[in-house]
Amino acid sequence: MKDVILQLSMRNIRIHFLRSVLAALGIVIGVVAISSMGMMGANMTLSVTEELSSMANIVVITASSGGGGFGGGQGGPMRGGGGDEEEKISEDEFNDIKKVAEKYGLVYVIYSESDTIEVGDRKGRSTVYGLDDEVMHELFTVTNGSYPRSTSSVMIGPTLADRYDLKIGSKIDIGDEEENRTTTVRVVGILEERGMSMDINSDNAIIGSQKLFTGMYGGEGEYDQVNLILNDVNDSARAKEEILGRMNKKEETVNVQDSSRMLSSITSTLSTMTTFVMAIAGISLLVAATSIFNVMMMSVTERVREIGIMRSIGTQKSEVMKMFIYESVILGVIGATIGAIISLAIGWIVVLAMVGSTDYFFTSASLIYIPSAMLVGIVICIASGIYPAWRAANLDPIEALRAE
Amino acid sequence: MDENPLIELREVTKIYPLPSGDVIALDQVSFTVREGEFVAIMGPSGSGKSTLLNQLGCLDRPTSGDLYIKGKNTREMNDRELTDLRLNTIGYIFQRFNLIPLLSAYENVEYPFLMKNRKPDDTGRVDLLLGLVGIDRALAAHKPPELSGGQQQRVAVARALVNEPSILLCDEPTGNLDSVTGHQIMEMITDLNRKGRTILMVTHDQAVAEYSARTIVMRDGRIV
Repeated sequence: MKDVILQLSMRNIRIHFLRSVLAALGIVIGVVAISSMGMMGANMTLSVTEELSSMANIVVITASSGGGGFGGGQGGPMRGGGGDEEEKISEDEFNDIKKVAEKYGLVYVIYSESDTIEVGDRKGRSTVYGLDDEVMHELFTVTNGSYPRSTSSVMIGPTLADRYDLKIGSKIDIGDEEENRTTTVRVVGILEERGMSMDINSDNAIIGSQKLFTGMYGGEGEYDQVNLILNDVNDSARAKEEILGRMNKKEETVNVQDSSRMLSSITSTLSTMTTFVMAIAGISLLVAATSIFNVMMMSVTERVREIGIMRSIGTQKSEVMKMFIYESVILGVIGATIGAIISLAIGWIVVLAMVGSTDYFFTSASLIYIPSAMLVGIVICIASGIYPAWRAANLDPIEALRAE
Repeated sequence: MDENPLIELREVTKIYPLPSGDVIALDQVSFTVREGEFVAIMGPSGSGKSTLLNQLGCLDRPTSGDLYIKGKNTREMNDRELTDLRLNTIGYIFQRFNLIPLLSAYENVEYPFLMKNRKPDDTGRVDLLLGLVGIDRALAAHKPPELSGGQQQRVAVARALVNEPSILLCDEPTGNLDSVTGHQIMEMITDLNRKGRTILMVTHDQAVAEYSARTIVMRDGRIV
């Protein structure tokens, strides 16, 4: 059917081309801003999720601070920095954990302490880990040198090696000289970069045997952390439940952290951030809505007489209203379509600049922001056109016919 | 009173409330128009003839009194029904032609047809009417501002007739035309009346009123 009302809307846009283009430009900018920000957020979330999911198979068990964990002060005078009495996991508790968790993967203990180190005349701080020999082989890859074979040899992370210019054979003094507790160790291996991880952050750490650690800090059988490396990442929740069920039956003795929680917390933070940034970008659409409203009101004012003619020869109010709604829909659809095309280019640049990778750009989670922003743009256009259209439809035909 | 008049006004009053006081534009006007009549409404400026035509065209509602068209009381009709009446039963010819500027002459004539039938004219009626009023195909492609006053009024006559209305309302149809074109338009309107169309025409020109068979004279909102 020939829709003469649509024809009238299109012709009116055509004769006021510049004004219409400027109004649609607001929608273009709004759609580009919202979809680009949305795509940036989606790409950031996907990228971080991918990075973090590589360590999602780790469950970390620590002693609960309010529970019956083994007291830390007993083993040696220096553990816990001398002042704070940190809760530890005892040997018995470790064995209990092992009983329920062993079937899910590798269970191992970690001794750890943050301490002063001295390399030549340079002082600083580093985390010192004490690990079982077998576990060391399991967890780390040595890029240079070998695994420690004695209580005086250690491996170090690549960041620490770079920072202190340490090489195989370099010596490190661990401990505070003023407190007269210094142990000198020799670097025998430099580890491959591991990045941030839930279990051990080895890049800036010193890793030695359990004997070396307890020799320096005491506290044998009082572990800082028990880790479970899952064979199947899907067992995470079940393993956590079983460990908590066994260990916290009477009182809370341990805390269990699985990385899925951390992952969801990070993605939730990123999602909030994305929503916030999109809301700011959405302000541009409100500006566009004002512009569309203004153009539509001008259009109604200019066409009062035409509306009067249409009404006097038998045009229903709904048809008059439709004419102006069509006009705002056309502006919205054109603006949103151009905006969507530009969003692909601008979005790509923004993602590349802010995330550093466009690996996830063409995924549905990322591209969905383009049709979503288009829809928001069109809906805003229609909403902006409703009042002017209603006003036009309800003009008094006689008054409208008198208009010049 | 006729038994079945096409149009019947019973004590129609129209009052415009203004801050300076109410203005009585129509004061208990009553008359009837039979089918096929040609009635001229005359009177000086401000006598209420345009207000009366607006009432007859269902563009406005009376403050009191009743207007019957084809036996139906327009007071009982809602806006949609009144609009349908304007589309199907009433044809309007204005002094200022009142064509839609965005549409071509052809589209202006076709417009009421589309509103009524929801489909383009495939009966050739639009072409026929344009031919009858002397607008050829080339001229019909032009937009109203590109046509002379006489040509625009011819298109307006064709538009008023496209849905075959029973009543044709003419508001000073020759007011904006030279005497020759005015005469041609009046010949056209008279011819339509001869073919059975009921015509009510507002004019202040005695020469134009003489084309009609009956004249109603108004003064101060009353028929005198």
